[in-house]
Amino acid sequence: MLKQTPLNAAHRAAGAKMVDFGGWDMPLHYGSQLEEHHKVRGDAGMFDVSHMQIVDLAGEGARGFLRQMMANNVDKLTLPGKALYSCMLDEKGGVIDDLIIYFMREDWFRIVVNAGTAEKDLAWMEAQRAKLAPQLTLTPRRDLAMIAVQGPNARARLWAAMPGSQEISEHLKLFQAAEMGTMFIARTGYTGEDGFEIMVPAKAAPFLWQALREQGVAPIGLGARDTLRLEAGMNLYGQDMDESVSPLESGLTWTVDLASPRDFIGKQALTSQAVARQLMGLLLLDKGVLRGHQKVITAQGEGEITSGGFSPTLNQSIALARLPAATATGETVQVEIRGKLLSAQVVRYPFVRNGKRLVA
Amino acid sequence: MTIPADLKYTKSHEWARLEADGSVTVGITHPAQELLGDMVFVENPVTGRKLTQGEECAVVESVKAASDVYAPIAGEVVAANGDVENAPESINQDAYAAWLFKIKPDNAAALGTLLDAAAYQALVDSEAH
Repeated sequence: MLKQTPLNAAHRAAGAKMVDFGGWDMPLHYGSQLEEHHKVRGDAGMFDVSHMQIVDLAGEGARGFLRQMMANNVDKLTLPGKALYSCMLDEKGGVIDDLIIYFMREDWFRIVVNAGTAEKDLAWMEAQRAKLAPQLTLTPRRDLAMIAVQGPNARARLWAAMPGSQEISEHLKLFQAAEMGTMFIARTGYTGEDGFEIMVPAKAAPFLWQALREQGVAPIGLGARDTLRLEAGMNLYGQDMDESVSPLESGLTWTVDLASPRDFIGKQALTSQAVARQLMGLLLLDKGVLRGHQKVITAQGEGEITSGGFSPTLNQSIALARLPAATATGETVQVEIRGKLLSAQVVRYPFVRNGKRLVA
Repeated sequence: MTIPADLKYTKSHEWARLEADGSVTVGITHPAQELLGDMVFVENPVTGRKLTQGEECAVVESVKAASDVYAPIAGEVVAANGDVENAPESINQDAYAAWLFKIKPDNAAALGTLLDAAAYQALVDSEAH
């Protein structure tokens, strides 16, 4: 039996093609994935991301616990509402999950983890909590739903749909959140566009969804969510990184704080390992479509595509690939597709941000 | 009409039409394009290639996945549709107008081994469950 979000009926009523996504019954698209993609880049779209797991960490010393648990440094969070993207590592430096931490008060941090890893994450966090900070509580918020509204017009549409939301959210900086009654609004997302992720009580979610629809916000499925995040150069857990690889070989060095004297789980392993590979962007020069697991042949040795697909904004195929560390941007490499070698250029990513092409 | 009555079909979701000049035009069906989603790439066989029935000979890729296309009938490829290679989305717009390639069949009577519209409809219905 697949798990359902509070918006399941709304997806079906909107004609969604539903798929099994890690045990959740989720919308893949509502007709055309390409149209949904362009809608987010050019206007505004909304995603049901209620399958993601919200966890509240509460109690005295919450920050100290997160200092030990997270590869990024929660001491960067000084203003209430501020958010931080981080990896949670195991002792070997492998990535258990990537997540977002919101600092609300010294005794309350909110963490949002991936759906597919939620049970594993909770078990790990609970085991560490019992050992390192038994005074804290970890509460999975299964009573909450989450809707992401993304696109250049997302802000205006949300404000029109939800009276009072403008006052609370218009001054939010990127990666900052605020509360409004039972609603939690964060200026975050997974598309490379401006917008919000909004957490509401499960029962309220269908009403917010409907109000947004009435303002012309299009529902967007998981298919477009993937092409949008790939263009935006955002990692997908389970494809671009997992427990078998270091964040330093997954394009996530910027999220790992090795500069401060602070110790954290996995730090020792990371500092003792050589970084032999790096995550880089690929732009397919020939016709075709790059896909995950295709072999990449470079002058420095072989690599592998971790995420690949067709970029609707660039109208050509793009990928993230784990390549030998010495590979430089601008190089031309070969990708093996169905026995043929096609040419691709190594590029810096993101490929697209705020509706604009960033690669030549 | 998503499964035209005048065409022949395969279990792997190709359609085939016998033309007046004796060639057989091949494409993928409407239910197949619906399942695959927005098309973004087509790779056709080169003209002159000899195909056996059921041979992998073309690839269509949607935003979602790559899918092989199999020869519905044995013969020689006599034409490949460059227009559909340049505009793969035309398959989504009309899967029966956006043909992929044409075969000069070794034996046109072999078309009789393919599914008719009713049998193909039954196959699609069974796969939907």
